[in-house]
Amino acid sequence: MNVETLSRIQFAMTIMFHYLFPPLSIGLGVLMVFMEGMYLRTKDPQYHAMTKFWSRIFAANFAMGVATGIVMEFQFGTNWANYSRYVGDVFGSALAAEGIFAFFLESGFLAVLVFGWNRVSAKMHFFATCMVSLGSIFSAIWIVIANSWMQTPAGHMIDPVENRAVITDFWALVFNPSSMIRLFHVLMGAFILGAFFVMSITAFYILKNRHHDFARKGFKIALLFGAACSLIMLFSGDLQAREVGFHQPVKLAAFEGIFKTEPGPTGMYLAGWPDTEREVVYGVKVPYLLTFLMYRDFKTPVSGLDRFQPDVRPPVKIPFLTYHVMIGLGTAFAALTLLGVFFLWKGTLFEKRWLMWIFVFAVLGAYVANQAGWVSAEVGRQPFVVYPEVKQLADGNFEMTGGLRTVEGLSNRKVVVADQVLASIVLFSLVYALLFAVFVFVLNTKIQHGPDAPQEPRTAPSDGKGFLQAAATLVDRQGKTLASNENENRTPEAH
Amino acid sequence: MQPTTLQLLWFVLLGVLLAGYAILDGFDLGVGILHPLARDDRERRIMMNSIGPLWDGNEVWLVVFGGALFAAFPKAYAAAFSGLYLAFMLLLFCLIFRGVSMEFRSKRPEKPWRRFWDFSFFASSTLATFLFGVAVGNSMHGLPLGPDGDFTDTVRLVQMLHPFPVCVGLFAVCAFALHGAVYLNLKTEGELHNRIRRWMWTCFWCFLAMYAVVSVYAILEIPRATASFRNYPWAWIIVILNILAIANIPRSLYLDRPLRAFLTSACVIAAFTFLFGLALFPNLIVSSVSPDNDLSISRAASTEKTLGIMATIAAMGIPFVLAYTAVIYWVFRGKVVLHEDSY
Repeated sequence: MNVETLSRIQFAMTIMFHYLFPPLSIGLGVLMVFMEGMYLRTKDPQYHAMTKFWSRIFAANFAMGVATGIVMEFQFGTNWANYSRYVGDVFGSALAAEGIFAFFLESGFLAVLVFGWNRVSAKMHFFATCMVSLGSIFSAIWIVIANSWMQTPAGHMIDPVENRAVITDFWALVFNPSSMIRLFHVLMGAFILGAFFVMSITAFYILKNRHHDFARKGFKIALLFGAACSLIMLFSGDLQAREVGFHQPVKLAAFEGIFKTEPGPTGMYLAGWPDTEREVVYGVKVPYLLTFLMYRDFKTPVSGLDRFQPDVRPPVKIPFLTYHVMIGLGTAFAALTLLGVFFLWKGTLFEKRWLMWIFVFAVLGAYVANQAGWVSAEVGRQPFVVYPEVKQLADGNFEMTGGLRTVEGLSNRKVVVADQVLASIVLFSLVYALLFAVFVFVLNTKIQHGPDAPQEPRTAPSDGKGFLQAAATLVDRQGKTLASNENENRTPEAH
Repeated sequence: MQPTTLQLLWFVLLGVLLAGYAILDGFDLGVGILHPLARDDRERRIMMNSIGPLWDGNEVWLVVFGGALFAAFPKAYAAAFSGLYLAFMLLLFCLIFRGVSMEFRSKRPEKPWRRFWDFSFFASSTLATFLFGVAVGNSMHGLPLGPDGDFTDTVRLVQMLHPFPVCVGLFAVCAFALHGAVYLNLKTEGELHNRIRRWMWTCFWCFLAMYAVVSVYAILEIPRATASFRNYPWAWIIVILNILAIANIPRSLYLDRPLRAFLTSACVIAAFTFLFGLALFPNLIVSSVSPDNDLSISRAASTEKTLGIMATIAAMGIPFVLAYTAVIYWVFRGKVVLHEDSY
């Protein structure tokens, strides 16, 4: 294996593992703002217990996000030194903005959110929750702007002497052709994940008949939020796909498995398997659909791979499959949440055990969809790391000039050698496997432990005893005390 | 090539970011180094929770330093990070483990579980500190930078361990351990507090010994690092202030002023960071191959436009950052109290 393949594997592995965590921070953050806001308005202690429970999961998830995120910051320099030299002038300001505007905000107020329950007033605590949520969204904004610039570069010129991109217009970089559309898409994906995550755990409690009120209230909030975001996502997905079709047509051709431009309108595969050897796709096709989605008419053909030089075509198999998995899941989320809303309206939602079981596992689909979306975006950008200019010629073919090929972005081959990259891949695999196991284990501990019994928050620092006494006096529906029923191994530290 | 005002500003700002990182993450790395000295579970939890709400925000300084280096001096970032590949990978593993150790340690009551994370917290904090020192030592010593702006050859870990960088690495461990002890002195009470005072003195004497070794070594063996003092006589002010600050640590401890001791210790670390910056100036990377290959501030910098945009971003962001950093340190002031939300 050469350095290029290894470095790409390493980047894919570290970014995909990292991206298990930020979407949950973004999605869960927004839901926590809502829960705690409700608590301030209604003074219902159930909302307090809710916010506290989710904030603990949020903290564990956030720690994983921070630990794996620092790798990304360094990796551009270690494995992609030439890329760093080429884009530093443009990419750098977005990363610096992310650090200054987002990371400080998130990490600072997270301390108040997690450790500050008894140290600050309820309003101040709510403010901290809002800031953490805002910080995670800021972080998404800047990193998506940076990535979008790589997909649809704007606001820069190429300095021929230094052979690097230099900034000419900061706002053109920020509002490059795909940044806001992609940001919308990414945030919706994160919101859906947050909603499905909350629904998964609360549905599990409902099925196991635990934490009756907590689970039902939490599920309802997440369901309504998830349904709204899933519907908006259908619109956002359409917007995103058309943006790709206009700015990166060869990427769309790979997504849709169009090897040859058809003479008439183009159909769309609902599902399929591309055979790159024979250049055909085996699958279910709806005629006219792609042309209609792309151009809103029934005659314009969508360009296929044959209109592009062979050396600018991305691989087809991975983008095709991940893109279709993402679309299928996105549609399923909309259907599933609408079904949930329908039963909620009928008042029979929590009796539908089969649906609850689906919701317990649907969160895995949300994780897969978020990953699949990024894989298709990034693999579909190949063989470029910074996209070239795309021009359609009079004969319908395309010409792509400039840009930076992925292979050109690598570090100097003398300096970073294959066995070093391989060693780091092996180490990352081991460490990440361990971390993932531990994370799931800790998450399971928290889920089994469940939320604390609702209580009025104290303003004085606690000694750990007051809480146990409070919990012991609360009686749940079966007449057992909560403290003895679900919190058998409770010590003040077993979170 | 004389550096422009904006280039100089960003060189100084990088120094400020690095000093901020060393001061803030310095004490929580130090707490990690001292972690095995705690006697029982409650003491270990007190030590971890003394930095619990703060370490994450402190580490952001490093992330922002990395981002700012990438943005302001992409060539230096690219050369150093790719050239010191394995050292950075090791550092990353340390930082990963350190973060999750604190988060996960107290989540389960089982003994082996807690032992494992305790060890990982200690080992990753110590190794990360040592690696920072080694990186600083190697930068002062010079790195094998070729004429094309990349290293001439791949650097194996063993090659980074010359005697001088190793001394700087050990010095960093002593300095952060002292800084951590001075911090714990602020945050603890009772019997643990009395023991911490004893550790503090031990750390202080080790620190003083290593300080002498590194200073003498640098003056005798690394002429390029001390050249700035000949060119800029005012730089001696930092040295004198540094020595005064070092002397003020035992004085504050003797007078029983824990906060003053901590602030003094922070000044000492800031002074060392600025001395390191002076040793490099006017370069970011000093080449051990030939002085012609040095990566100077002006050679490594981004365009003036980018530096200007970044300066605007920094001017907008930094007041906010300082404001809520102050708020958070104020909220979590006082002695550590363990409660249900603690690690």
